[in-house]
Amino acid sequence: MDLEEAKEFKERCAQCAAVSWGLTDEGKYYCTSCHNVTERSKEVIDTGAIPNTKIQAINRGLKRKRKLEKGWDWYVCEGFQHILYQQAEALKTLGVGPELKNEVLHNFWKRYLQKSKQAYCKNPVYTSKRKATVLEDNPSHSDWDSEPELLSDLSCPSFVESGAESQPDVHTQKPFPIIKASQSETASICSGSLDGVEYSLRKEKGIVKMTVPRTLAFCYLSLLWQRETITLSDLLRFVEEDHIPYINAFQYFPEEMKLYGRDKGIFAIESWPNYEDIYKKMIEVATFLDLPRFPDITEDCYLHPNILCMKYLMEVNLPDEMHNLTCQVVKMAGIGEVDFLTFDPIAKMAKTVKYDVQAVAVIVVVLKLLFLLDDNLEWSLSNIAEKYNEKNKEDKPWFDFRKWYQVMKKSVDEKKQKWEEARAKYLWKSEKPLYHSSIDRSVVYKRREMVVNLQKQFSTLVDSTPTVAKKTASSFQFNWTEEDTDRTCFHGHSLQGILKKKGQSLTTKNSLYWLSTQKFCKSYCKHVTTYEESNFSLSYQFILNLFSFLLRIKTSFLHEEVSLIEKRLFKAKYSKTKKKSSRSRKVRKY
Amino acid sequence: MLQKSSGFRQFGIGMSDFSEELIKSVTEDDRRETCELSGTGMQLPWLQKHIETVDTGGKKEKDFAQTTSACLSFIQEALLKHQWQQAAEYMHSYLQILEDSDSYKRQAAPEIIWKLGSEILYYHPKSNVEMFNTFADRMKNIGVMNYLKISLQHALYLLHHGMLEDANRNLSQAETWRYGEKSSSQEVLINLIQAYKGLLQYYAWSKKKRELSQLDKDDYAYNTASQSMRDHSWKTSVNLGALIQIPGVWDPFVKSYVEMLEFYGDQDGAREVLTNYAYDEKFPSNPNAHIYLYNFLKREKAPREKLISVLKILYQIVPSHKLMLEFHRLLRKSEKEEHLKLGLEVLFGVLDFAGCTKNITAWKYLAKCLRQTLMGSHLAWVQEEWNSRKNWWPGFHFSYFWAKSDWKEDKTLACEKALVAGILLGKGCRYFRYISKQDHQVSRKKIKRMKKLVKKYSIVNPGL
Repeated sequence: MDLEEAKEFKERCAQCAAVSWGLTDEGKYYCTSCHNVTERSKEVIDTGAIPNTKIQAINRGLKRKRKLEKGWDWYVCEGFQHILYQQAEALKTLGVGPELKNEVLHNFWKRYLQKSKQAYCKNPVYTSKRKATVLEDNPSHSDWDSEPELLSDLSCPSFVESGAESQPDVHTQKPFPIIKASQSETASICSGSLDGVEYSLRKEKGIVKMTVPRTLAFCYLSLLWQRETITLSDLLRFVEEDHIPYINAFQYFPEEMKLYGRDKGIFAIESWPNYEDIYKKMIEVATFLDLPRFPDITEDCYLHPNILCMKYLMEVNLPDEMHNLTCQVVKMAGIGEVDFLTFDPIAKMAKTVKYDVQAVAVIVVVLKLLFLLDDNLEWSLSNIAEKYNEKNKEDKPWFDFRKWYQVMKKSVDEKKQKWEEARAKYLWKSEKPLYHSSIDRSVVYKRREMVVNLQKQFSTLVDSTPTVAKKTASSFQFNWTEEDTDRTCFHGHSLQGILKKKGQSLTTKNSLYWLSTQKFCKSYCKHVTTYEESNFSLSYQFILNLFSFLLRIKTSFLHEEVSLIEKRLFKAKYSKTKKKSSRSRKVRKY
Repeated sequence: MLQKSSGFRQFGIGMSDFSEELIKSVTEDDRRETCELSGTGMQLPWLQKHIETVDTGGKKEKDFAQTTSACLSFIQEALLKHQWQQAAEYMHSYLQILEDSDSYKRQAAPEIIWKLGSEILYYHPKSNVEMFNTFADRMKNIGVMNYLKISLQHALYLLHHGMLEDANRNLSQAETWRYGEKSSSQEVLINLIQAYKGLLQYYAWSKKKRELSQLDKDDYAYNTASQSMRDHSWKTSVNLGALIQIPGVWDPFVKSYVEMLEFYGDQDGAREVLTNYAYDEKFPSNPNAHIYLYNFLKREKAPREKLISVLKILYQIVPSHKLMLEFHRLLRKSEKEEHLKLGLEVLFGVLDFAGCTKNITAWKYLAKCLRQTLMGSHLAWVQEEWNSRKNWWPGFHFSYFWAKSDWKEDKTLACEKALVAGILLGKGCRYFRYISKQDHQVSRKKIKRMKKLVKKYSIVNPGL
């Protein structure tokens, strides 16, 4: 027992509310007034609430136990490297070319290490800092200058040469081989990694610190560089569907890379990535890496709006004929140009197109052009189409908005329900639980074991047939067939009822249009408009909800994109200061 | 599922205090106060409360928190729809909350999991007693806060399955369990556990009693049986006695305790228990307490005054209780004027309730009582009662519709009602007119008498 050591521990006892702790031989706290051993009432110790200094103080008494935790010496950036490696592998199995991993992502990462002064540079952060302290401790050792080279030699190949076949163990070759015993001891006080504590405290201006969400920014940048057929929303959806390691990615670290303490804050993730957030991070990283202009997005690229529009038209079961109209809108709005589409981080205002969101927004605009979506015209046009289809059963059917709505509504609601259920069933906790310090290690493991046991018990009550086999990753979420009436396919339906001949060309029967946003913020707040759902027609709401569910983004985000396209499309209307009427007339040629 | 007896309901209230304690760690005094408060009021659905206590602190909620709470609602929905399998499926995921980094949620989780999990295991077709036992034993030992509660509910589950011995063993185990200093809430729980043990002993006792009644007094076995009965009763009274000192609703415990006391001739003890249970201000208002006391006093042949004073309180709590007609009879027999007045009031009170509208005795009493009151020239009493009812009683009791249906169903009732209607509303009222127009041989005489009485006593002056 060690009452002196236990003085640092200031939590109240769960049992008697006293603050009087002693240490048992196993190094657990017990309450001296009621003999409550903390392990049993583990809720009490939540080291997350205790400031760092305290943890260190507590740990001082427990040095002898730390041997248990001894694994390899590793750095936080190696952890991220490992995650990136896993993600790149996963992308490869999804069908992305091997160059992405071996060339693009590897180079980006190398560049990142260099820019953030962690490696590939003259004076890496770790070494410089360590040198200072080490020299104090142990002035005889002075061989530090050679380390940068050493580091770059050893850690760089791990990413590339580790081909597909052999599980590349980044860490069998220790990238940082010379570590002083005294150093590792202080470092491992609060983290399994060598620099976990230091890393979580570091706040350097101008340095983009690596985080788990940023690994996805790296992945997306590489995908974009390679002009792969994966959009950002696809990528994030694959993450959510567990095709790409993200949550608990640290599980796949080698056994000897121990994580605890501060590593928990760095590597544990309890949220799925969010489109806007990753999008921002992507630009941030690209700017930080000072990347050159990306390869051109030309008309034959998947990310070009014309192709993406085609894809999304198929996805939401709209007639192929609409593609002609989306192409026209893309052309008129000038969003199909190479310069507009290609990402250039060095440009004055680094921003890139949200390819998927934009393509979907174009479709929304076309739907507005055709059907107005005022909860009125679309239905009367549907009546006409319905009558025509009844009379002419042999002909190519006219597109019936109402029927489409019914089919889509049902399918989307079902999908959404399934999605919500799957999310609710998601298992967040890894088999390898993370703990704050060696004190609560046993508590955390015990808790884990308990949960596993309880889960076992309940799984015997569940039907043994697996409900859903793991979905295969696909960029399509829906599947439309001509036969099934519930999932009627509208791809082949014609737009005839909605268009009329005018001279040589066809125009839309509907000659009206309303703007999603009438006023744009003049200030620099970038905020385009707020989307107050109830101000808009039900059809518009439905369509926004449908598409934003598809991309897993907020509806307001899509509304904003629609407004931006309209701004480009109807430049004249916006520049002619404040029109009285919200409706502008628009006649379009077909 | 297990909430069968009212004693258990009280237990539920104790439990909510318990979780509050966990969250707020109130001081000793505060705790007492909340205990009493919650004893008087209704309890909110506990789950909602747990959801509401979750505080995100203004930060964006993590998806983990969001999905686990969604998972919780899916479980609730599945339970509501009796989809035990789905519930088990979601439960499998919900268990993660035990590893939540938010210590508040983690602390509140075992109780939620216990409640939902035991519900699932109770109803799921693939579940069995063994499984339930394993689950209960596991949950008892997650944290220490729930040990007693779960032990008790576990015992109730076993009782439900007729495993009395196992239940008893479980309760004994829980009874001796201690964790640190005894807190006040722990004490209540231990008392409850002991009381349930007492109830089991009472059960054994009454079984013995039945056996005994079949034995001959001279039989050799009689003595041993009666001795073992005594042992049981002694243990029981020890176990029950402690609990019923604490404010609460303990109907089944009180009833069995009193039965035993009476059996052994301890009338004073029984009276004391019942009086305390009915009159102690600290106890929540409980009609049954007064009913028990009344029945006991009746058995004892207590003076009328005494009986009236007990029922007076019951009248204030439940004016529609079936004992009210008995109360009226007691009052009628009394000489005191105030009792006669109260007697009238009681009848009006009974008939205010929709459930009593067809109670012929009540109408008969009212007709008789009105007649006597008016004969005793206490018109003011009648008017006092009638004033607050004249707006709604005509529609409520004396509509044309009721007249027709009452006549069809029960002629005697219709006649009594018509008489009352005539007295209160005069000859012109629809009910009276409808009934008096009926020409039926059997009741012709009755109707004639009724007409005469109305003419004589109606409080409505036809001249005006």
